[in-house]
Amino acid sequence: MKAIANFFRQIKHYPSAVAGLIIIAFMVILAIYAVIAIPYSEAVRLWRGGEDVWKETPRNARPAWFNLFYKEKQSVTQIMRSTENPEVKTVVDLGNGVKTNDFVFEFDYPYDGFPTELAIFFTSTFKSARPNASVKWITPDGREIPMQDLTLRPSETYNISQDTRLTRRLGGATPHVGLFADPNNPNKVLKGTYKLVIEGLVFEEDANIEATFVVYGKLYGFAGTDHRRRDIGVALLWGAPVALSIGLVVAVGSSLATMVLAALAVWYGGWIDWIIRRINEVVMILPLLPILIMIGLFYSRNIWVIMGTTALLGIFGSGILSYRSMFLQVKTSGYIDAARAYGASNMRIIFKYLIPKVIPVLIPGFVTQIPSYVFLEATLAVLGLGDPSLPTWGKLLNDAYSRGALFNGQYYWVIEPAVLLILTGLGFAMVGFALDRIFNPRLRGL
Amino acid sequence: MPDVALNLTKQAAEQNVPILKAENLHTWFEIRKMGFFKAGDVRSLDGVSFELYQGETVSIVGESGCGKSTLAKTILGLNHITKGKLYFEGKDMSQFTKEDLKKYRANVGYIQQDPYGALPPFMTVKKILDEPMLINGIKDKEERNKRIREVLEEVKLSPVEDFLPKFPHMLSGGQQQRLVIARAMILKPKMLIADEPVSMLDASVRVEILQLLRGLQKKHNLAIIYITHDLSTVRYFSERIFTMYGAKIIEKSSTVSLLEKPLHPYTDALFKATSDPDAENLKKYKEVPTGEPPSLMNPPKGCRFHPRCAKMIVGKCDQVEPPEFAVSDDHCVACWLYEKK
Amino acid sequence: MGKILLEVNNLKLYFKTTKGPVQAVDNVSFTLEAGKTLAVVGESGCGKTSLTKAILRLLPRNVLEYSGEIKLNGVDLMKYSDEQYRKEIRWKKISMVPQAAMNSMNPVLKIVDQIVEPLLIHDRKMSKDEAVEKVKEVFSIVGLPLDFLQRYPFELSGGMRQRATIAMALVTNPELVVLDEPSSALDLLTQANLMNVLKRIKNEFGTTFILITHDIGTASELADEIAVMYAGEMVEKCHAEYFYNNARHPYSRKLMNSVPTLREDKELVFIPGHPPSLINPPKGCRFADRCDQCFAKCSEHPNVITLEHDQKVQCWLYADKMEVKQRA
Repeated sequence: MKAIANFFRQIKHYPSAVAGLIIIAFMVILAIYAVIAIPYSEAVRLWRGGEDVWKETPRNARPAWFNLFYKEKQSVTQIMRSTENPEVKTVVDLGNGVKTNDFVFEFDYPYDGFPTELAIFFTSTFKSARPNASVKWITPDGREIPMQDLTLRPSETYNISQDTRLTRRLGGATPHVGLFADPNNPNKVLKGTYKLVIEGLVFEEDANIEATFVVYGKLYGFAGTDHRRRDIGVALLWGAPVALSIGLVVAVGSSLATMVLAALAVWYGGWIDWIIRRINEVVMILPLLPILIMIGLFYSRNIWVIMGTTALLGIFGSGILSYRSMFLQVKTSGYIDAARAYGASNMRIIFKYLIPKVIPVLIPGFVTQIPSYVFLEATLAVLGLGDPSLPTWGKLLNDAYSRGALFNGQYYWVIEPAVLLILTGLGFAMVGFALDRIFNPRLRGL
Repeated sequence: MPDVALNLTKQAAEQNVPILKAENLHTWFEIRKMGFFKAGDVRSLDGVSFELYQGETVSIVGESGCGKSTLAKTILGLNHITKGKLYFEGKDMSQFTKEDLKKYRANVGYIQQDPYGALPPFMTVKKILDEPMLINGIKDKEERNKRIREVLEEVKLSPVEDFLPKFPHMLSGGQQQRLVIARAMILKPKMLIADEPVSMLDASVRVEILQLLRGLQKKHNLAIIYITHDLSTVRYFSERIFTMYGAKIIEKSSTVSLLEKPLHPYTDALFKATSDPDAENLKKYKEVPTGEPPSLMNPPKGCRFHPRCAKMIVGKCDQVEPPEFAVSDDHCVACWLYEKK
Repeated sequence: MGKILLEVNNLKLYFKTTKGPVQAVDNVSFTLEAGKTLAVVGESGCGKTSLTKAILRLLPRNVLEYSGEIKLNGVDLMKYSDEQYRKEIRWKKISMVPQAAMNSMNPVLKIVDQIVEPLLIHDRKMSKDEAVEKVKEVFSIVGLPLDFLQRYPFELSGGMRQRATIAMALVTNPELVVLDEPSSALDLLTQANLMNVLKRIKNEFGTTFILITHDIGTASELADEIAVMYAGEMVEKCHAEYFYNNARHPYSRKLMNSVPTLREDKELVFIPGHPPSLINPPKGCRFADRCDQCFAKCSEHPNVITLEHDQKVQCWLYADKMEVKQRA
């Protein structure tokens, strides 16, 4: 406990490290929130996407706050659900098991730009008699435009934008433009309060209709959406725990293993040292990325297989040599001789005398290594070798790249994950550098 | 080479068996080229014989490279013995079982030159003192605490409670060395090996530490080997003095006899090179033998000091190694100048 | 009295640290005659190394105060700018052999290349050949064979490297050489050799030395005057021959009594306790709590008392003896 208090006291001296700690704290909170709000199985399900999962979000929408930068305000997606707002629904019992289920979706449209799509999703419960629904549109200036009469199946989608009859009725304008156009100036949006009125009829006692009306805008949510209508925010959120856990587990695990191996090699010398040095020499020549690519292509793209291989190769990389030289130095220390003189066994000396001396060097070491592993995962994902089921920052970049996001002006798709990756790297690096100076007093003057 | 029986100190006279006896001890380190090919040996100890008795301090004096630190480490079991034998309480150490070796280790305390390097910087004082006891199987916590308290009082690191939670870097040089001595004493050893215990300490603290060691010796009847290159301290702290040169012991004497007259030319040179604070020193240049200490891989033929010796006898000193000659009851020297006719 | 080469008045060097200001050199004053050697003795932490840094203006970045007068041949060096000091004084008039200098030689340069450097830096007109000639001269002064010039530092033994660094300090013919523990890391015979070399340089060339050491025995080979530092102050300065037997300051006496001698048998006494911290030194005499002769007045900081022949002592025991020199 005292060590931790002492640690915080010392870190105060390094403002960059304090900033780094704040960033890391933020990432950790993000990660915890992600795991709680969207558990792993849910996250995988959401990310796999599919017809149903993301039907309420627009495709390739920009983040909602972009409107701050637009002179002509673009439409922000609005989703109105009768299940969440029961006041839009009125039920009147007409007797004989017939009831009305009327919906009035009233919403403001203050934007300069037209929406990109309009749709209504009906879910109805009934036994055999299908309910009816009659949809009409009321503009702010009081025009009433009838839209469609439908007979509902349990799950029914009315794609208003693809309604060709409505298009003709609107004089050739696609519905999501025509319904919002100013009659005097068809290119401009008539701003104001619109109403979508649904008059539904159910014919059974327990029958029920629920409706969700979506005005798809150019903008959506906090982070925008991708080509499969998935909210990028989900991937941004879930990228945090993935990045942190990979980074921490691999960095800490491989650093510890490297250190122990180096200690054993140095203490026992002889053929153990010889073997480890030869393995190290071979591993240093092996190119990491091509090997991972091959494993990803021919064996498995499971994140743990990839990271496990990285860790294994990392253990025998150049780190082991620097630990080895540190241990060689410590080995000649007086207190090691003294320990041998009072009869300490080899294992005791390695774990209680050699390793504790080096742990202060280990800590800044693996803290600065964490971002490398985070970036490695992102790199593999960008190359298309990432674990396809996991929503990670690297995967976002990969999708953005393969969809030509930069060419399409979808900068947010690239910048959002990039910023998070950079922040993570920055946070750990700054803390790592400060730790280095704390634990290595000789660097303090710099 | 048979050691001439020396009836020097009263300790020796009272005892039949020396606590430590070295017989023609050699410690050679192999040099390998490219990890495989043997290129020669560094002969750090090349035929050392002596006896050490309970209750006496023997100073071993010499310059760097003479083998004194190697001797210390060999006695402690930290270096292998290439040739020759070492006897502890009359028993041949090469015949020791693992148990015997462990008991031996508990009987020898090691005090090193650099007090800070001798202490693990990440352990508290209490942990440092616990370690030797834990390793030697003293499991009872009460017993350990009691012993720690005893030994810290003995080295005057008190109040004990203040020191127990401290780390080595919080102690001064003198306090660190006391801690090292405490650790060396904690298993109640019969013998202490002190390798330049005060050379890294301030002048004013040296006397304190040496007097502490002397006090401990008298109280517990310890045998102490005190290795130093500072001749001025030996008169105050030892019964006998050995001089080492070129991996061999070239002179053995009681302190009194050596200070009266050093016999070996090298010992004499060491004496002449030591300055006492005296204004007369300003007026004279010192006589210093020319040359450098001999290579331990290829020592010179004959007496190892002969290339630098002003009194060298041509034809003898450069051909044959001198044996030990007993000049008196308590003084023997390996030098042809003292050959009995 | 011969010509005074160096006059130091009220020299102060304080450092800033996270724990507070360290008063490493606190109001030190002394004079040194040309051709004489002053040995500065004291325990570790007393400020003797900081004194050398102050004289050579080799200051770290965290200096809090650096004031006083350092007069070389009557000229106050403190008034020089840093650049002026570098060009004209350091290694031209005053040079230094730092502690463990033998380990601070550049391992990848030949010895000759390292020793010519001060010459080439300070005298742009000198050609490399002329410089090498000078180096050869200096090498023979320190007693090293000329073929060592072409070797690398690791090929020489410790004692030889130490002599090479002394050669480097002498190569520009400085008037004053400051040596910080020149022989502490060396063997006995090598030490004796080194002292012989320094003695010869002193006798033949009249170089003035300031020798920092904790070994009074070795210092006695060279020292004409001995100064004792304690807790950042110079508590005594006196002629060598008086010092060995009649040191005045109680600390000096205790120091002499704690040094073992080879040739005479004496009772060794150690000084209990330890020196005060330089961060918040006590207000009165800094040695008072370890002094067995302290009395009431010692709670006041003693002034420097000058005695005959420019000897000084900072102790109330001598206040009535001679004229009292007020502390500036």
